[in-house]
Amino acid sequence: MCANAAGRAHSGSRSMIGFDAVGHDYGGGALFSDVSLTLEKGSFHFLTGPSGAGKSTFLKLCYGELRPTQGQISLAGQDLAAMSRDALARARQRIGVVHQDCRFLDHLSVEANVALPLSVTGRAVDEQNLSDLLAWVGLRGQAKALPPTLSGGERQRTALARAIITQPEVLLADEPTGNLDWEMSQRLMTLIVELNRMGTAVLIATHDLNLIRYVKTQVSARVLRLSRGKVIAAGAEL
Amino acid sequence: MSLHKLSDDLVPRSGQGVWLLGLSAAAMAFLAVFALALSVSAARLAQSWASGLAQTATVRIAAPADQVHEQAAIVLEVLRTTPGIAEARLIAVEEQAGLLEAWLGPDLPLDLLPMPVLIDVTETADGPDLQGLRLRLSAEAPGAVYDDHTRWRRPLAEAAARLRGLAHLSLGLIAGVMGAIIVLAASASLSANAQVIHVLRLVGAQDRFIARAFVRRITLRAALGAVAGMAAGLGAVLALPDPGAGSQVLTGLGFHGLDWLMPLSLPVLTALLAWVAARATAFRVLRGVT
Repeated sequence: MCANAAGRAHSGSRSMIGFDAVGHDYGGGALFSDVSLTLEKGSFHFLTGPSGAGKSTFLKLCYGELRPTQGQISLAGQDLAAMSRDALARARQRIGVVHQDCRFLDHLSVEANVALPLSVTGRAVDEQNLSDLLAWVGLRGQAKALPPTLSGGERQRTALARAIITQPEVLLADEPTGNLDWEMSQRLMTLIVELNRMGTAVLIATHDLNLIRYVKTQVSARVLRLSRGKVIAAGAEL
Repeated sequence: MSLHKLSDDLVPRSGQGVWLLGLSAAAMAFLAVFALALSVSAARLAQSWASGLAQTATVRIAAPADQVHEQAAIVLEVLRTTPGIAEARLIAVEEQAGLLEAWLGPDLPLDLLPMPVLIDVTETADGPDLQGLRLRLSAEAPGAVYDDHTRWRRPLAEAAARLRGLAHLSLGLIAGVMGAIIVLAASASLSANAQVIHVLRLVGAQDRFIARAFVRRITLRAALGAVAGMAAGLGAVLALPDPGAGSQVLTGLGFHGLDWLMPLSLPVLTALLAWVAARATAFRVLRGVT
């Protein structure tokens, strides 16, 4: 579904994130404009495009780190522009995000960082589940380590574990496998596909076509391409 | 680090601002102990002057030598028949010498001094009609002057009240400075941990959760500093040299009985002040962080 072709239907109950004629610029010209799309429950999207096209910006708009300079964004059915800080925080509790630069609390251990989304909402941390998750992403041995001591791949796996520990309704990931070997990339994608099958909407920004091909063998994923300020449907060739 | 204690560790422990906050709280609590000691001592002094001299008066008879004892007898008779006078007695020469000894030393040559005759008067709770009594005394014993001590008791009471007022002003200033220090420390801590706030926001933390993490740390440091400062202040007050029974001003500087609750409550009050100031600062700063 896409973009300018997808219409403006993001008001349904299945809509997790909706863009309505959204544009964004940094003051030096539009990065993209008139983007309309809907991330529905259980959908799986890839966002591709050349470096500098605005993929990271697009994701930041999706969870309200940035505000659009044009148009309207809705998170969980609420207009982002009208949301209070607390309402935005509640919306983010339903969204898991893997940032390209990971962003950890460097003074806390890997397990504490992974458990952070539970801790900030006062939810109990099931240490067995946490241990299983860390084992799944290959970080059981690093549970007590501090983030600055991790390799790039370990940081990405930690960020992914943190993003999915709450079983979010939406998972946004910015180049989540950029520092991983192919085997680990496949493993993590399998985990994400499992989440998607349980109803989590997924949007992954990546330029790794092999990754997209791999996922498309398992799930019906749609590919959006961000290019020349527009989001267009792509991926038929993949 | 236990995951159960995670909320206590969200804010990094490093940062000299919080350490300096503890030191400042200790210094302010130390000063507050002395201000409190001054306040309660001034109150006690004023109470002592007021209660010790209330309902007492002195009649001074300054008359030619051949008339002074006759006038004294008249005055005593007038006093005995005046409503509001509980007791009146002549102060013996030896007793007068004892009173003067504190000022002029022993072995006074009293026979060389023109000593007035003094009558010690105890009034009832209602007291006499002073104007009427003075009129009677001036008519029947012209050399008699009825002194109810108001003339010099009032300035002393006023001085004690001002001393107490200064102590309260000092406490107010200490609280104000402490509040300002807490606001600065909280602002510095929030600024220094902008990245922590950013990450917490991204994982869905609400403002009150983030604020609580900072406020808890600041309140704890301020309270611990106040405990240390209070302990040092109380130690210093207890170590003050005893000025002796003859001192009228410094005797009893410190705390007695329930007075001790005041310095002991300083850490609690400091924690309360820290909680209010840090919480208000945290929410103000967080409102400005997008």
